[in-house]
Amino acid sequence: MKRADDYQERRAHLAGLSDAELEQRFWALAEQITEPLLKMGYEYTSPSIERSVLLRMGFSSIEAKQIVNGCIERGLVAHGAGNVVYRLAKAKGMEIREAGLALCEDKLWDDAAAQF
Amino acid sequence: MSDYKLDPNKNIDVAEILKDLESYRPRRRGWHWREPVENLEMGPFTYRDCTAPLKDSVPLPPAHYFDNIDPQPAPVITTEIASGRFEDDIRRMRMGAHHGADHIMVIRTAGQSHFDGLIEGTPQGMGGVPITRKQVRAQRKALDMIEDEVGRPINYHSYVSGVAGPDIAVMFAEEGVNGVHQDPQYNVIYRNINMARSFVDACESKKLIQWAGMAQIDGAHNANATAREAWKVMPELMVQHGINAIFSAKVGIDKKNICLSTVPPTATPAPCVYMDLPYAVALRDLFHEYRMRAQMNTKYIESSTREATVTHVLNMLISKLTRADIQSTITPDEGRNVPWHIYNIEACDTAKQALVGMDGLMEMVELKKDGYLREKARELKERAILFMEEMLEQGGYFAAVEAGMFVDSGIYPERNGDGIARKLDGGIGVGTIYKREADYMAPVTAHYGYNNIAQYGATNPSDLIGGCTLECPEKIIYIDELDEEDNCNVRMAEVKDFAQPNAKLIRPEMEWLADGTVMLTMFFPVEKHVAEAAALECAKRMNLTDCEVISKEIMHGAEGTRIELKGKVPFAIEIDKLVIPEEPDVMSDAEIRADIERRPMRVVCGTVGEDEHSVGLREIIDIKHGGIEKYGVEVHYLGTSVPPEKLVNAAVEVNADAILASTIISHDDIHYKNIAKINRIATEMGMRDKLIFVAGGTQVASAQARANGADEGFGRGSRGHHVATFLVKKRREMEAEGKI
Repeated sequence: MKRADDYQERRAHLAGLSDAELEQRFWALAEQITEPLLKMGYEYTSPSIERSVLLRMGFSSIEAKQIVNGCIERGLVAHGAGNVVYRLAKAKGMEIREAGLALCEDKLWDDAAAQF
Repeated sequence: MSDYKLDPNKNIDVAEILKDLESYRPRRRGWHWREPVENLEMGPFTYRDCTAPLKDSVPLPPAHYFDNIDPQPAPVITTEIASGRFEDDIRRMRMGAHHGADHIMVIRTAGQSHFDGLIEGTPQGMGGVPITRKQVRAQRKALDMIEDEVGRPINYHSYVSGVAGPDIAVMFAEEGVNGVHQDPQYNVIYRNINMARSFVDACESKKLIQWAGMAQIDGAHNANATAREAWKVMPELMVQHGINAIFSAKVGIDKKNICLSTVPPTATPAPCVYMDLPYAVALRDLFHEYRMRAQMNTKYIESSTREATVTHVLNMLISKLTRADIQSTITPDEGRNVPWHIYNIEACDTAKQALVGMDGLMEMVELKKDGYLREKARELKERAILFMEEMLEQGGYFAAVEAGMFVDSGIYPERNGDGIARKLDGGIGVGTIYKREADYMAPVTAHYGYNNIAQYGATNPSDLIGGCTLECPEKIIYIDELDEEDNCNVRMAEVKDFAQPNAKLIRPEMEWLADGTVMLTMFFPVEKHVAEAAALECAKRMNLTDCEVISKEIMHGAEGTRIELKGKVPFAIEIDKLVIPEEPDVMSDAEIRADIERRPMRVVCGTVGEDEHSVGLREIIDIKHGGIEKYGVEVHYLGTSVPPEKLVNAAVEVNADAILASTIISHDDIHYKNIAKINRIATEMGMRDKLIFVAGGTQVASAQARANGADEGFGRGSRGHHVATFLVKKRREMEAEGKI
């Protein structure tokens, strides 16, 4: 889109605002723009977020990638990859790391899926 | 753990740094701001805006006139170090820290943004380094030692962006990284990463940044570097800053750790201060709760390092007139190569010099409260607000980006239709976000968003697994190397004979150990094409390899061209075989004084030839400069432009023990010709044996002065005690030989 500079016409409603009011308006608009983005972040997850969860649970970057990819392939990732490992460990009476490593070796995926 | 410690007189041993990395833990987290000291007294001066001094540092070149003081200005000073080989960068970091950098920023290798996961090991990078756990850990470990040496915490910084943002943010939080770039808009606009993925990931990354107390810098300055006419994106820049700032604050980052990456948008020959200052004022008005990371202009940087440096100093004038919490530096050679060691140091010194030079400025100067400055600032704010109003009319952020509202070269609301448009259903990582199920759970600390831990009866997520790596770092899995060929061990083995400390071989270096790179400056009295070809031919005949002209400046279209050229030397130098001139020995004041008391000494001196310079000689003789008069030497000063004959005749008349001839002008070697002339006249008069003859001047070299008949020559940096020591020793020698 091409448009000539119509700043003078557009600003009419801002002209009467004090500097403080202008600042307030700037931040109110910025909040309005970002609010849906924050909501999206609250409700969604991603492969990178799930890998970052597994890293914090004590898995290497290589292991985290394998587990998350496995969760995506089996439609489990929306429960949380950490949750998948957690429930598997509880169900099998295993340590967290032991359960995750089993998934890395392509084992126990059916048991993991059965938890959801 | 290794008990390796830095020795101030020895090179850092990179091999030692790389030992025991698997068990290294960072000793602190969080960003460090400099500590202001009110009315700081250093040497003969009082500083208004400076901060706690360093324990050990390299001061600005003229500091030796002032007790070697090295005042540290208020802003944290950034240097960007990323040559592609992180092991070589460690040495540069130590040099940078000693020149006043306390924010070391590591640029990522090209392409890391699109790497879906963490890179491990130490592969070589391009235009940056692959950011990996091993690389981060090694550099953080080295900086821990370096910060002890300089006596000020050093902030270590890299990037949390791309499709592996949260992976990297976790690793940084674990490894004690102190500052990061994080801005989802950067991913969207410049890396074409899917918008939804970028913002979802950013929430998690920012939560981790908050947890680790890191300072966050946004990516808005890139619009500046990308837009055709950089100053026209000023309203949009404020919008980008606003979006990332409020988004980050809402996730939980303390506003005091949220920094705007702001660049004065224009550069000379534009009237840049007139254009940039209202923008800087507008920004600081609106974002008074946030921090300013003042970057230098890169958009218009050319290959002249002088020109870049002046632009950067003008940028710092803007910093000083407004506010900068972090003063970033751009190396003045960025317009021509991946920055070299020496230019990182130049950039740090430029920042330190300019900011210390402007210390106290705002006590005397105030920005006007009305007129053009405030009107323009208000206009820019209004334009930014109008921009956001239109974004919302269009349906919000995603719709606005789809419509190409960003990085349009028109000054908003003007539109040129050349913005960067991205699709919500396009870009790298499209379709990779997943709506969390009701039972979604992540048993870790610093996790953003919906997390159903209540289903397991927990109130703190990581309690479910007995603590995550953020509480129990021993749970971190460290990977050393994955690639047998592309790693630092292989690279270091190739140049092991050059690795300091204790190397026997040496070669010139600009970025990597033993790279052999040298730079030559030449002038040719011809137009630029011929000059360039002549320069390359010169370099070839000098046996340089990989030659490339890196800068051409026209002195006059026909009369001449200045060329700067880089090339490599193929040879190595054996350090043991070098002939290193001894440092001038200096007697104690008491010993010199005692010798002059034992036998009084008289000298005649003056600046010889058609030379009106007198400052240097006066420094050598005057009592108030610590010159030889203070030892009781009787000085007969004949003035400037003294003919050599007159100097020798005066020596005869007053029965002088010595002649001190100063000579500054060196065109056509006139300084050495005058030295030879004095020697000849004194010899012809049959008195040379009884007379000490000393020459001095900025261009005088000891060996050449002696070759031309002087007993000694004193060049730049010489002081009265050097000359006095020589006079006393030489006279003792002549006494022993029975000449006097």
